Amino acid sequence: MELVTPSIGLVFWTFVAFLLLLLLLRKFAWTPIMGAIHEREQNIDEALNKAELAKQEMARLTSQNQDLMQQARAERDEILKEAKTLKDGILNEAKKQAQVEGAKLIEKAKIEIENQKKAALAEVKDQVSSLSLEIAERVLRTQLDDKTKQEALVANLLKDVELN
Amino acid sequence: MDCNRVFVSKVKRLTIVFTLLIAFLSIKIDTFAQVDSAVVPVDSVVAESAHAVSGEHGASGHEEKKFEPTEVIMEHIADSHVWHLWGHTSLPLPIILYTPNGLEVFSSGHFHHGEEDYQGAYNKYRYVADASKQAMGQNFFNKNIKIVGADGNVDEIATAKLIDLSITKNVAALFLGVVLLLVIFISVAGAYKKRVNKAPKGLQSFLEPIMVFVRDDIAKPNIGHKYAKFLPFLLSVFFFILINNLLGLIPIFPGGSNVTGNIAVTFVLAFCTMIIVNINGNKYYWKHILLPDVPKWMYVIMIPVELIGVISKPFALMVRLFANITAGHIIVLSLVSLIFIFKSFGIAPVSVAFVLFMDVLELLVAFLQAFIFTLLTALFIGMAVEEHH
Repeated sequence: MELVTPSIGLVFWTFVAFLLLLLLLRKFAWTPIMGAIHEREQNIDEALNKAELAKQEMARLTSQNQDLMQQARAERDEILKEAKTLKDGILNEAKKQAQVEGAKLIEKAKIEIENQKKAALAEVKDQVSSLSLEIAERVLRTQLDDKTKQEALVANLLKDVELN
Repeated sequence: MDCNRVFVSKVKRLTIVFTLLIAFLSIKIDTFAQVDSAVVPVDSVVAESAHAVSGEHGASGHEEKKFEPTEVIMEHIADSHVWHLWGHTSLPLPIILYTPNGLEVFSSGHFHHGEEDYQGAYNKYRYVADASKQAMGQNFFNKNIKIVGADGNVDEIATAKLIDLSITKNVAALFLGVVLLLVIFISVAGAYKKRVNKAPKGLQSFLEPIMVFVRDDIAKPNIGHKYAKFLPFLLSVFFFILINNLLGLIPIFPGGSNVTGNIAVTFVLAFCTMIIVNINGNKYYWKHILLPDVPKWMYVIMIPVELIGVISKPFALMVRLFANITAGHIIVLSLVSLIFIFKSFGIAPVSVAFVLFMDVLELLVAFLQAFIFTLLTALFIGMAVEEHH
């Protein structure tokens, strides 16, 4: 039964050695080691969380970029469209105005032409009348050089008057 | 508790393997015991005649001496005042005796393996086997230090007052284990200080998973959020048992002693567990023991049962570790002894193959027993500090 009878000496030394081991290891090994492991685990956790956040931020930024791009594209299309309508409007306006202006000019020219024509006709009439008067004068003069002829004419004229 | 179940099944499997092996061995030993009993008369006659003839030439009789496996195995399993190195060389260890008169310190080398008495400062000492144990019919015995009276015989009454605090083989091996642990873990702690927040390297990376395993799979699930307070004890127990188990597996000098297979060592460890569990036991723990939820008349039975439970839990821890490690050593030594029992090289390959198998198994057992002891300690602590709502 010696095998299962603890000897006092070994119990004593085991107790001393184990207690010493426990105290020394607790102070110099377990506390710093477990502290370091814990700290590192937290660091790793934090780093992983940060990476996850960065990933999310990245995704968010990318989608934002895409949105912005799309928006910009839409805006550009809008602007182009607007510009086109504007251009069309201006062009139409210009055309219309040109037409109106042209019509006005034509009208003016017509009136002018008419006026000119009238003036020319009046002038022609004047000239024709004065010319005919002159001619008549000259004819009269030549015809009325002698006295007889003058008297004849007067008589003729008088006759006309009397007839009237 | 998951891993607990897994390990219970593993322990069962191990037990089956052990049983089979022991069955195999018992069959072998039985057949040889029969042969032995037939041979014994002749052998004893030879031994007696050898003794008679050789007289003081004990050495010549030594050659004829029958190989006693039990003696060899028990010599290894038990503690000793000398550390056997090889052949006839052994390291004498210091003897420290506490006598009613004072301390006595001297080297065990003075005894010359029990052939001579040593005159100390207060008494004369002799290194002999216990006569009562021989009378009990034990064929193995370990020598103890006895006081020799004035008449030249052992004075049992004076010896009873003697307290042997010697640095025995197991104590020396224990110190070696403790020093190794201190050196290893303080250097690892240094590595943690030097490499803050970096990946572990070298020894650090080998030990870190084990430490984290003790923390995450033993302490945390069994104790709960209060685990940090008990972690140093659990880690110390785990690595103390582990390193002594492993040192015990080394067959040559610095190892080979049966430290964790000695009941004194396991007693101290289990005692520490018991103290820690009961000191930290909260009111629910004590209520469960002293005022259990049973009818009042049952208290007569229940309270003693619960009180026995307080003792029996650490007692089981003590016996489990002791028995496992001792059994492993006995099996390995028995297998080696087979060669000498058969006195044949023919059996050597078989024996060596089995020893190899057992050694690998013991390597597993070394980890397993450290794990189980720590796990159960954590479980008991957890039961003591558990809050009931």
